[in-house]
Amino acid sequence: MADAVVVTDGTASACVNALGNAIGMPQLCDAWFANQIFWLLVALAAIFFILTRYALPRMTAVLAERSGTISNDLAAAEDLKRQATEAEAAYDKALADARAEANRINADMRADIQRDLDAALAQADERIAAKTAESEAAIAEIRAGAETSVAQVAKDVAGDLVAALGGTPDQAAIDAAVDARVKGA
Amino acid sequence: MENEEVIVVEGDQTDMVTAAPVPDAEPAVDAVGVTPEADYEGGLSFHPMDQFIVKPLFGEAGDPVAWYTITNATAWMALAVACVAILMLLMTRGRAIVPSKGQSMAELAYGFVHKMVEDVTGRDALKYFPYIFTLFLFIFFANFLALIPMSFSPTSHIAVTAVLGFGVFIAVTILGFVKNGAGFLKLFWVDSAPLALRPILAVIEIISYFVRPVSHSIRLAGNVMAGHAVLKVFAGFAAITAVAPIAILGIVAIFGLEVLVSAIQAYVFTILTCVYLKDALHPHH
Repeated sequence: MADAVVVTDGTASACVNALGNAIGMPQLCDAWFANQIFWLLVALAAIFFILTRYALPRMTAVLAERSGTISNDLAAAEDLKRQATEAEAAYDKALADARAEANRINADMRADIQRDLDAALAQADERIAAKTAESEAAIAEIRAGAETSVAQVAKDVAGDLVAALGGTPDQAAIDAAVDARVKGA
Repeated sequence: MENEEVIVVEGDQTDMVTAAPVPDAEPAVDAVGVTPEADYEGGLSFHPMDQFIVKPLFGEAGDPVAWYTITNATAWMALAVACVAILMLLMTRGRAIVPSKGQSMAELAYGFVHKMVEDVTGRDALKYFPYIFTLFLFIFFANFLALIPMSFSPTSHIAVTAVLGFGVFIAVTILGFVKNGAGFLKLFWVDSAPLALRPILAVIEIISYFVRPVSHSIRLAGNVMAGHAVLKVFAGFAAITAVAPIAILGIVAIFGLEVLVSAIQAYVFTILTCVYLKDALHPHH
C-alpha cells in the first residue's frame, strides 16, 4: 500500500505525503539537503565567531589571570611564611634575652640581699656576743656576790645560833666551819 | 526503502502520534489516491520518522523548502548557537577569578576539550582548538536540545553530520599534505611491518582512511536517529491502555539512554576529530 502514495497536491512533496507523514527516511530526502547544509554552515560560523572573537580570548585571559593570581598568592604566602619564621626567631631571641636578663637581675638581687643579710647577721651575732659576754659577766658578778652573801648570812646565822643556844660565839671558828661547809657543798 | 511506515494496532484510540493534524477523510483519499485508513478509522498509527521532517518554521510538513528557507532545522540550530552564546558569553560575563557556577561550567567545557586536544593531538595542535571546540559545542547542544519533546534534531540528519564528518576529513587531509607534503602518504606505508606485507597493509589503510568520514558522520546521525525513533515507537504504544505502563517505562529508560548518547556522541565525534588531526600532523606510525 505504501508504494501507492502519489504526490498530487500542492501541500505534499516527494518526501511527505498529503497527510503530512514522512515517506521513507526524511534523512534521505535530498530536497532538504541544501537548506540543512546552508543553515549548518551558518550555525557553525556563528559559533566559531562567538568563540574566537569573544569567548576564547576572555577564557584565556581569565585562566591566565587566575594562574597569575594563584602563583602571586603562593609567592606572597611563601614570603609571609618566611617573615613569620623570622619573626618567630626574633621573638625567641628576645624571649631568651629577657629570660637571661631576668636571671641576671635575680642573681644580682639575690647576691645583694645575701650580702645585706650576711652583714646584718654578722652585726646581730656581734651584738648577741657582746650582750652574752656582758650578761655572763653580770651573772658571774651576781654569783660571786651571792656566794659571799650566802657565806656571810651563814656565819651570822651560825653566830646567832650559837648565841641563842647559850654559847659564846667564837667568830673565827664559825667562819672556818662555814667556809669549809660552803666549799664542801 | 519502505515508502511509509504505518503500523496498525487494534484499539479505539484514534490519536495520531504525529503532530500533524488529521485531515478530513474524504479530501485525503481524493487527493492522495491512497487510503491510510489507520489515520482516521480508529487504528493507532506510528510515524516514528515524522519528527525528522524538515519544514518551514511556520509551515506544514511538505511545504517547499528552499536552501534559504527558515525551517525547523534553522530554529533548532539557532537554539544551539544561543545555548553556546549563553554558556560561553553570558556565563563568563563576570570574568571572575573565583568563578560562579555558570562560569565554572563554561570553564569545564573549555578545559575538557582543550585537554582532549592537548592529550590526543599534542600541544602543536592547540591552534586548531577553536575549530574542534566549535564542533563539540554544536553537536553537544544540538543533541541535548533534541531531547526536548516535540523538538527537531539536526544531528540526526545525515546531511548535517556528513558536512561535519567530511568537513573534518577534507580539512585534515589538506592539512596533512600541507604540513608533510608527500610525506603524508607515509601514513599508509607501515614501516614497522615486514616489507612483503606493506602493500597489503597500504590498501587496507587507504580503505580505512576513506571510510573514516562515512563512519564518522553515520555514527552520530545513526545514534541520534535510532534513539529518537525508538522513543517515538514507545510513545505510540503508550496510547494503548494495556501496555501503557510498560511503554512509559520504556520511554523513561530510552530517554535516560539518549541523555548518555547525546553526551557520548559529542565526545566521540570530537575525540575522533582529534585522532584524525593527529594523523595529519604526525603521519608516522
